[in-house]
Amino acid sequence: MPFLQNLSNALVLASTYVLMAAGLTMVYGVLKVLHIAHAAVYTIGAFIGLLVFSWLGNFWLALLVAMIGSGIVGVIIYRTTYYYMLDAPRIVPLITSIGLFVMLTDLLQKGFLMGPYQRAFPAGGAGMPRIRTSFISITPKQMLVLVVTIVLMTLVYLLLTRTRIGLGWQAASMDRDMAAAVGVNLNRVVALNFFLGSALAGAGGVLVGVYNNSVFATMGDLVSYKAFIIIVLGGMGSLPGVIVASVLLAIVENFMVAWVGYVLPRDAIAFLVLILMLMFRPHGLLGKE
Amino acid sequence: MFNGYVITIAVFVGIWVSLALSLNILVGYAGQISLGHAAFFGIGAYTSAVMTVRYGQSFWAGLLAAILITGIVGAILGLPSLRVRHDFLVLATMGVNFVVVAVFKYVDFFGGAMGIVNLPAPSLFGVSFRGGALYMALVWLYAGFVLLISWYLSKTWAGLALNTVRIDEDAAAAVGVSVPRFKIYAFAISAALAGGAGSFYAHFIGSVFPDTFAFVESIAILSMVIIGGVGTLRGPIFGAILLKSAPEFLRFAQDYRFTIYGALLVLMMLFQPSGLLGDDSWLWTLGKRIFRRPAASMQAEEAS
Repeated sequence: MPFLQNLSNALVLASTYVLMAAGLTMVYGVLKVLHIAHAAVYTIGAFIGLLVFSWLGNFWLALLVAMIGSGIVGVIIYRTTYYYMLDAPRIVPLITSIGLFVMLTDLLQKGFLMGPYQRAFPAGGAGMPRIRTSFISITPKQMLVLVVTIVLMTLVYLLLTRTRIGLGWQAASMDRDMAAAVGVNLNRVVALNFFLGSALAGAGGVLVGVYNNSVFATMGDLVSYKAFIIIVLGGMGSLPGVIVASVLLAIVENFMVAWVGYVLPRDAIAFLVLILMLMFRPHGLLGKE
Repeated sequence: MFNGYVITIAVFVGIWVSLALSLNILVGYAGQISLGHAAFFGIGAYTSAVMTVRYGQSFWAGLLAAILITGIVGAILGLPSLRVRHDFLVLATMGVNFVVVAVFKYVDFFGGAMGIVNLPAPSLFGVSFRGGALYMALVWLYAGFVLLISWYLSKTWAGLALNTVRIDEDAAAAVGVSVPRFKIYAFAISAALAGGAGSFYAHFIGSVFPDTFAFVESIAILSMVIIGGVGTLRGPIFGAILLKSAPEFLRFAQDYRFTIYGALLVLMMLFQPSGLLGDDSWLWTLGKRIFRRPAASMQAEEAS
């Protein structure tokens, strides 16, 4: 495959990683909690999106409802569990998130929710144009993923840098206690944090569901493991780091398969990278000591 | 009373009691949370399977090799714990689990997705242990051995050193405890004991497949330790017996196994972080109050 084509494919993959990892890194930045249950939120987002889409047939409405729905799920998770654990030893929220993840993924596989099978999500490209030139071709679906991701990340960036509550978020992610001391409403900031992060994950779930035309209960697992690798690579808690690391991982994955061929399964390679990273650069590629 | 079904459950419970106790050395004593314990369980099972099926050795040689090799691998895989703490270590151990399962699955020597089958049953002086009450006795003997090691470890200087590492690594280093050495000790011992359990599992089932040792099993073992009471001896035993045998009695618990594990973990962390039978859990304090000897209570009253 030509270089540019590989690159554009990698960028599409990177977009899905960004949406997933952004929420994780935001939660880690403020709460210092490794929010493993985020994977379930992503799947719930895809599921809500599919329900709304098959009911109303409008993709954009489905995306919006899915984002709001998964955002609310994220806030509920926070208010019922982590909220009570802010001052507990770090093992407590960590095990809670493992428990939530196991519980939600198992529940989603039950017949009364999603069941153990795959469902189609036939939204197509939602009216996106196809780009086809002599050296590159981008399908409508790929356009959809790229455009939605870029728009959403720009909105989040503006929200976090240009608004009052965004400044509060920045302060809280530097030093939670200090931010509270200078009058930042921590509860609102953290709730917003969870809402935004979970909504992004929900959007990611919908987009991946449409892109692969399939939604299933364990679809979040693999992406979330990848997202862990990304937030470590990007230096935990850093949003720009997440974007750089997502692009990097996606490019490495794509080009490795294209040029080197199949050695171990992709995911095993990704985890080997993670373990080596943790041992030799535990603060990430862009992170500071 | 000892029909095949009961024996099978008893064997499984015994194996998982050993697994929970061995993980407890790492999590409860040394304070290193691992989400990769099933990897060690698997390495033990595969070592034993390879030794007996590929190289024609006896069960006993397989068991010994499983314990030794898993211990060595555990020491090596414990290396990330020297650099990273808490959340990062959890990610690293999770990664270890995925990589180990991937190796089992994609390396032909380990039989790939088809696994290794036809493992021999152990025998001693011409008596076969296959499937019977004898095998159950053997498994519980091993669980007793793991318990003995856990108990002994908690009484030694090494156990004390592990405690200080768990509570405060920097302070431990400051008072002269070699933190890296004891972390690696904990990983090696914990892994070796899990490897032995893997060997017993493999030879009971008679075959090994990669997916048995996947990430979810690591979560299950960790749940047993946490729900029972991390850091105590009674806790992991109780947790393993409860979580491993409940699905046999309750149809509901079978279908919703991981929902229940997850919900219990969350509830535990919210209301009883030390576990059901942890040192300051209400169940344990209640038990102590009921069973406290009158003399002791009189002394306590006098003292207060």
